[in-house]
Order: sequence, then C-alpha cells, then structure tokens
Amino acid sequence: MSKTLFDKVWDSHVVKHIENGPDVLFIDRHLVHEVTSPVAFLGLKNRGIKVLYPERTFATADHNTPTRNQHLPVKDPLSANQLKALEENANAHNIPYWGLGHKKNGIVHVIGPENGITVPGATIVCGDSHTSTHGAFGAIAFGIGTSEVEMVLSTQCIMQPKPKSLRINVNGELSEAVTPKDVALFIISKLSTSGATGYFAEYAGDVFKNMSMEGRMTVCNLSIEMGARGGMIAPDETTFEYIKGREYTPKGKDWDAAMEYWSTLYSDDDAEFDKEVTFDASEIEPMITFGTNPGMGIGISKDIPLAETIDGSPATYKKSLEYMDYSEGEAMVGKPIDFVFLGSCTNGRIEDFRAFASIIKGRKKADNVTAWLVPGSHKVEEAIKEEGILDILTDAGFELREPGCSACLAMNDDKIPAGKYAVSTSNRNFEGRQGPGARTLLASPLVAAAAAVTGKVTDPRELMHEEVLA
Amino acid sequence: MAYDKFNILTSSAVPLPIENVDTDQIIPARFLKATERKGFGDNLFRDWRYNSDGTPKEQFVLNNPIYSGKILVGGKNFGSGSSREHAAWAVYDYGFRCVVSSFFADIFRGNCLNIGVLPVQVSPEFLNKIFKAIEADPKTELEVNLPEQKITILATGESESFDINDYKKQNMLNGFDDIDYLLNIQKDIEKYAESTPL
Repeated sequence: MSKTLFDKVWDSHVVKHIENGPDVLFIDRHLVHEVTSPVAFLGLKNRGIKVLYPERTFATADHNTPTRNQHLPVKDPLSANQLKALEENANAHNIPYWGLGHKKNGIVHVIGPENGITVPGATIVCGDSHTSTHGAFGAIAFGIGTSEVEMVLSTQCIMQPKPKSLRINVNGELSEAVTPKDVALFIISKLSTSGATGYFAEYAGDVFKNMSMEGRMTVCNLSIEMGARGGMIAPDETTFEYIKGREYTPKGKDWDAAMEYWSTLYSDDDAEFDKEVTFDASEIEPMITFGTNPGMGIGISKDIPLAETIDGSPATYKKSLEYMDYSEGEAMVGKPIDFVFLGSCTNGRIEDFRAFASIIKGRKKADNVTAWLVPGSHKVEEAIKEEGILDILTDAGFELREPGCSACLAMNDDKIPAGKYAVSTSNRNFEGRQGPGARTLLASPLVAAAAAVTGKVTDPRELMHEEVLA
Repeated sequence: MAYDKFNILTSSAVPLPIENVDTDQIIPARFLKATERKGFGDNLFRDWRYNSDGTPKEQFVLNNPIYSGKILVGGKNFGSGSSREHAAWAVYDYGFRCVVSSFFADIFRGNCLNIGVLPVQVSPEFLNKIFKAIEADPKTELEVNLPEQKITILATGESESFDINDYKKQNMLNGFDDIDYLLNIQKDIEKYAESTPL
C-alpha cells in the first residue's frame, strides 16, 4: 500500500494501537527545557521512578535566560530557581545538560539540529510547540504538554491519535527578497491559524526542494501557527549534507545503514493525503503581520484588509486592530516602529543574521529604534563573529546579545514596553506576547533590517535597489 | 497520577465569545516560572483581567459577579498557540472543569484531557445558542453528560452530542491517566526500544 512520508515514520514508531483510541508512539529523542519540565520531574519523583532512557533525552536552558551577562548569577529569583531545578533534575537522571555558559547552549530547536540530535525518520518531542522545527529533516516532531513530558521521561512514549495528512505544495520560483519566513507567513495567511488543526503537514514542491536547511527549519517551525501539530519535508541531499559529521549523527557503518533507511523517506507517488493545497511562488511578496495572530499577515505593499472582507468574527477582528491601534484600509509601509527583534527558534540561525546584515551593511541603525539581536545559540554567535557579520552590525550601531528565546516570549528581561511597536522575526504576535501591551509585527530578517535602519515599516526591496554610500 | 473523575457536570457557565483565544492570553509567559503546579488560577487571563497596576478590569467577564460556574464557553479556535500545559492548569485551578467551544487547538485539547478538564466541541450554531442562553439569563445551567456524550441547555432542553474517543472517555470517567497505562506496558516498550538504534 502506498504511504505518505508521515505514514512511514509514524507507523514504524507505533508500539501499540488502541482501538478507538490513541496510538502508543515511541519517541526517539526528547528535548527538555526549564519551563515545561519541572512539574514532570516532580511527577516522576512522586511515583518513585527514574527517566527510562536518559541517553535519548537532552536538556538545555533557553526560555528564561538573560541575554546579557550570562556569566553572572541570574537576577530574577524565580527564573534562577527554574534553571537550578532543571540542572538538578538533569544531574539526578543522568541527562546531558547544556546550561547557561555551556558552549552547546542555545534555543532548544536551534541546538538539536546543530548537534545532530535531529535526524531524518526520527520521532522528536519537546514541551514546546515549535518542536515542529525539526520536521525540516524528515522527522516527525511536535510539541507536547507537561503531562506528556512526564510520559516520555518515564516511558519514552506518548499516546496520540494519528493526525490527518495535509500536503502543501509551493511551486515555481520565489521573487526577490522573499524568504522562507515570507513563504510560511503567506501560507498561514491563506489557511488561517486553525486551518491545519488536526493535520500533520508535508511541504512539497520546487520552493522547498531548493530551500536551505535553515530555511526549511523556519517553515516547519511555523507549522503550529496554522494549527498543524507539525510539518515535515522529505530528506534529500541538502539534508544529508547538513547533518553529516555532526556530533550525534551516526558515523561509519551506522551512517550507511541510516542512509539506507533515510533514502526510503518520501511520500509514494500515489500516496493519498486527506487534504492538499497548492500555491504559486510568484504570488508571494515579503510579508508583514498587522494584527494579533500569525494568520493576520499581508504582502508588505498591501493595505490592512477591511473587516467585511475577512473570514471569522468582525468583533474579534476589530478588537485585534484596536489593540494594534491600526485601522482598516491603512497601508503598512511607513508605519512608525520602536523596536526590532532578530532571533528566536524561527529566525535565529546564521542565515538569518546574514540576511539582516546584507541590508544593514553600510547603513546606520535609525535613532528611534531599539534593536535586540539575539543569536539562537553559541554556535550561531561564533559564526556571526567568524564571518565578519559582527563588524557589520557594530559599525551600523547594533549590539549582539547572548543566546536564548529572549523577546520572542519575553519571559526574561527582554520585554517590549506597553504600546510600543516591534518588528520581530519570531513566531507569535499575540496580545502581550512580547511584553504586556506590546505590539508585534512579524516579518522576515530582511524586513526587520529595513525597519531597523529606517525606523518605520519599509519594503526591503527599496533598500536593495538603493546605492549605499559606504 | 489519578485526577478528578468526570461524570455529569451541571453548572452555570462563564461566556467568552472571542475567537482565537490563545494560550498567551490564558496565561502569559511571565507567569510560567513556577516549579510546582499550583496557583496558576490567579493569573488566568491575567492581562484581560487586570490592569498593569493589578486592579481588576471591571468589564472583563471573570470580574463580573453575575457570571460564575465550572464551565467556560469560548469562541472558535480556543487555546491556539503555545504547548504550555500551564494554560490548562490555570483553567482548572480557577475552578473550571469543562471548556466548551466550536473548535479547539490540538495541543490545548490534549492537555485538558490529560489533567481532567473536559473539552466539549459543539457546532457553531449550538455555541451561539449557549451564548444567547447565557445572555438571556447569566445563571442558566448547562448539563455536560460524559457517559452519554451530550451537552444540554437545561432552560430550553436543547442538546447536542459531542465526540471523545473511548480510551480518553474511560480515563475521564475513572480518573485514570496515561502514565498508569504506559507503565503497565513497559515490557512492550522496552522490546520496541531494543530494536531501535539511538
């Protein structure tokens, strides 16, 4: 029987199927961070049991961590306590722990792929909805709640009904300045934030075939924002090239055996999907959001849609615009902004910093803009320095911070003040997501860079065509 | 860890007729710093419920004494966003045992089921009827009958059936959780693991 890529990976991980109930799914790799794990570890303690497979479990500190002076003790006592709890739990259960200051420390979804923990055909979970990132490698990866974290720690399994299948095809060639982030925001704007709920997505077509691993991670990362549990892309030469030689990927004969399995990971020609949608790459322009969910995005040259033209409740739509202090029919280009945030598991990788620097080079940060540039990991930070990107940023008046989730969810001190506008490369523009009262405009690193040097929403294509007086 | 059993719940309900209520609204990230599962109800809908100085926003439904009950009724796509189980904990800790909506985000729905809060998905039409019934009488009662998988507006007698898989239904009825089940089949799991390279 023909199978989808998702079927192949899911079916081979089912330990037991419960009639009219969930599957018991075996989890190959479990990533753990400080926020969603302490109550799960407490559950194990109460039951008097240990982590079943610590060698399949990896822990890092990222959500709560400061992005300045990481060598000093963490000032916020609650954050410090949560970090201490993770370190103690990891030590008590023999789990590798890459805490603050560790050279492998960084955002969980950045360090997994970087260190070769993420491989094709694996099942990967983490108590974080953006675990979908790892689907870029042809893995089934999704976010889980703390009860499920406890399940995986104690039994290496979770219980989930098999989701329905959705294939998203984007064919043709992307236009200038259109990045993987724009592709994802475009798809979400078409499907809405609940359009893929109940489905697991596969991304297919020319655009994803030609995309780098970093780009694929950005796209898969945002799968959850259209409601999908996760999204995946069939592994190919680009994938194998990326993972080869990384610390935790198989070596020698094990690599050959793995390659044999990985080369079977694609959707069969006649595989059937429960739902399939197709878009033309040429329709996509650099995107920006104007509202309070990631589905409220438009091409940057467009106007904010009129309430009468949108699906869903006009009252909810108007509430959203009121929060943003925007009106229907206004242009986004030219809107003043106060903050720029480059970073997060969505856009905190080296390619994102390269893209940002390509616009910044030879220009200056606008005086009215506060910019927080936060690498996704120490390895990204090193690459920024090695490639000379740090010099470009510094010359333009920017400062580079230390790795972490930072202003994406504002659990640490990196909070956008109430009423201020931030162009952010992160993943959610929910009310108060980046700080109480903060207003978020989600966009690509190119759009963020254009805003950072002009102090307002700016089409990056304008700057790319402009001579820079170096 | 066993949780509360759920059988038939009869209660008035709190209406929140807003779509796409995300988990950052249910509980903002800055309140996720605890290492134990308690006290989250205090910060349920924190930024909709309180001003920045901590005073209550009087127009928000949880601050309106005419509404109360163990059932929260929300608009379409309830619980989207983050996987934080803290959102479900906050709903539970505040005193809700059931959330009704015309559509739930996946992870939030799963998290609710895992802690003994029943997510009841109804048709958009029935959701409107519930909102109208509460508008007409804030004390109107709903009956959520898990054994029969039926939700009824008692004042009008209008009812609708809802879905839940048999396994989860039994868990809810008996207060069992998945870990009890998984620990019982640990031999099968270990056998599977032996055949799977790291």
